[in-house]
Amino acid sequence: MTDITHSISQNITQIVYLVSALLFIFGLKKMTSTLTARKGLTYTVVGLVIAVLITFFHHQVNSNFLWMTIAMIVGAALAFYLSTGVKSTETPKMIALFTGLGGGTAAAIAAVELIKMGFPVETKPTDTAKVLAVSGALLGSVCFSSSLVTFAKLNGSIKGTINFPMQQWVNTFILVIAVTFGAAIVLNNYQLEVTQLILFFVLALLFGILLTIPMNQADMPIFIPLLNVFSGLAIGFVGYVLLNPAMMIAGLLVAAAGLKLTLSFAKSMNRSIPAVLFGTGSLINQQSSGGSINSNKAARELQSDDAAMMMAFAQNIIIIPGYGMAAAQAQHKVWEMSKLLINNGVNVRFAVHPVAGRMPGHMDVLLAETGIPYDAIHDLNEINGEFKSADVVLLIGANDTTNTSARTDQNSPIFDMPILNADQAKNIIVIKRGKGTGFSDIDNPLFYQENTGMLYGDAESVLSKVVNELKNI
Amino acid sequence: MDGFVTLYIFILAAITGYEITSKAPSKLHTALMSGASLINAIVLIGAMIVMGQAETTIETMIGFMAVMLAAANAVGGYLMSADIFKLFTNSDKSEGGRQ
Repeated sequence: MTDITHSISQNITQIVYLVSALLFIFGLKKMTSTLTARKGLTYTVVGLVIAVLITFFHHQVNSNFLWMTIAMIVGAALAFYLSTGVKSTETPKMIALFTGLGGGTAAAIAAVELIKMGFPVETKPTDTAKVLAVSGALLGSVCFSSSLVTFAKLNGSIKGTINFPMQQWVNTFILVIAVTFGAAIVLNNYQLEVTQLILFFVLALLFGILLTIPMNQADMPIFIPLLNVFSGLAIGFVGYVLLNPAMMIAGLLVAAAGLKLTLSFAKSMNRSIPAVLFGTGSLINQQSSGGSINSNKAARELQSDDAAMMMAFAQNIIIIPGYGMAAAQAQHKVWEMSKLLINNGVNVRFAVHPVAGRMPGHMDVLLAETGIPYDAIHDLNEINGEFKSADVVLLIGANDTTNTSARTDQNSPIFDMPILNADQAKNIIVIKRGKGTGFSDIDNPLFYQENTGMLYGDAESVLSKVVNELKNI
Repeated sequence: MDGFVTLYIFILAAITGYEITSKAPSKLHTALMSGASLINAIVLIGAMIVMGQAETTIETMIGFMAVMLAAANAVGGYLMSADIFKLFTNSDKSEGGRQ
């Protein structure tokens, strides 16, 4: 009798796990459209909650219920503490951190399983299980320490890049030793050497740190989804060791999604994955050869009343926000100005380049947060044909994403990067902090066009002046 | 579990994730990444299984750490995602969002 109830409860557990895996797949699917994204989040949360609840009744979960609950409460409290007061400009670093915690969990699970495999009681572990446990431990550990460094970098706790001689050789060497220890653990005939296991984890964690410290801050957006690849694979692999298909499916789902995002971020930022990983050939470190060409030309300076007048009498305006706008926290002023223009019958649209924020989609989040409707925000492909018919294009703290040298100057570090065709508009207004070059130190020929006017100053205060002028017209 | 069945599961799940993500417009990429990070929190059930059958002190201690980290992943991932996803309301609600 107990055997029957036992097997029934095991079947129920498996069915619930299957349902939760399906909820993750459909949830992720729904997250790919603004109309259904919130439903997608609900699906995912339901999938997680039912999987966790049924696990309390899992046939292998027999003890430590009190400590398990305490651990959950402590973890949840930690997450609340870390998330409190986080601004949406800081979203990327929090995603990196939480992904890393998932990877760290997978590594911890792998550690316990490897200890158990070292002293098998009943069945001996298969080679596949041992290989996947070691691989999961390696990927999870690298993901964990690497995400902490990523967080510290984006947080400003670690500034710039850390380089030392023969860096890539040292890193490769450490990875090779870690893998060798891993292989030794697999080949050990059920005789676990504890020091070996400890060294293996220490080297894996060390490699994660060393891998991340030479990376450029500007490249971190490409690296964050790569952390999802590491953690997803680690979770899938330990899922196999625990004979848990829900973890296997969810882990690989996340890993593949992360891979796709990494590739598409790299493409839109015109960076190769090896260059990101090794911190080479960065936009920032390179000297621009195109910069000197325009250095003796003068850009035409505008006053805020001129700008207000031009925009008030325009029919089509396209606003291009850059990170300069977000840094100045000017997005609310942008929306205030846009509302005045829209009430005057002006068609105002926003053009967002994939790299405009800290990562693709980030700028959209910052804009939407102020109340700007998602329909008014267009990506590069949607809007690039529309610039020809725009009366005014307003650039706010944006430079590289409109830099025409990307089209023509083969020596430019951003050559071949897709740009927004702001230069095709009838009039261009540029709000810029100072007269120097921008983030990547590349001069923009667009600023010297005859139909371009510059408004120098802090985005927030310049826009306030424009808003006041608009109210007086 | 049979090795080839495992390979089937891994490959089919990976293709699903890749294809779904390929369809997403770039303005949803940050949201997707946050959502993917939340799905990662499924590792919590693995941590619970490890802790629920832990026999030695060291296993229990590592299990405790694992459950704690995974719970932080779950709750933190949810809080981040909820913050981003609440922006996808109907366009006519123009006043809203955080300060």
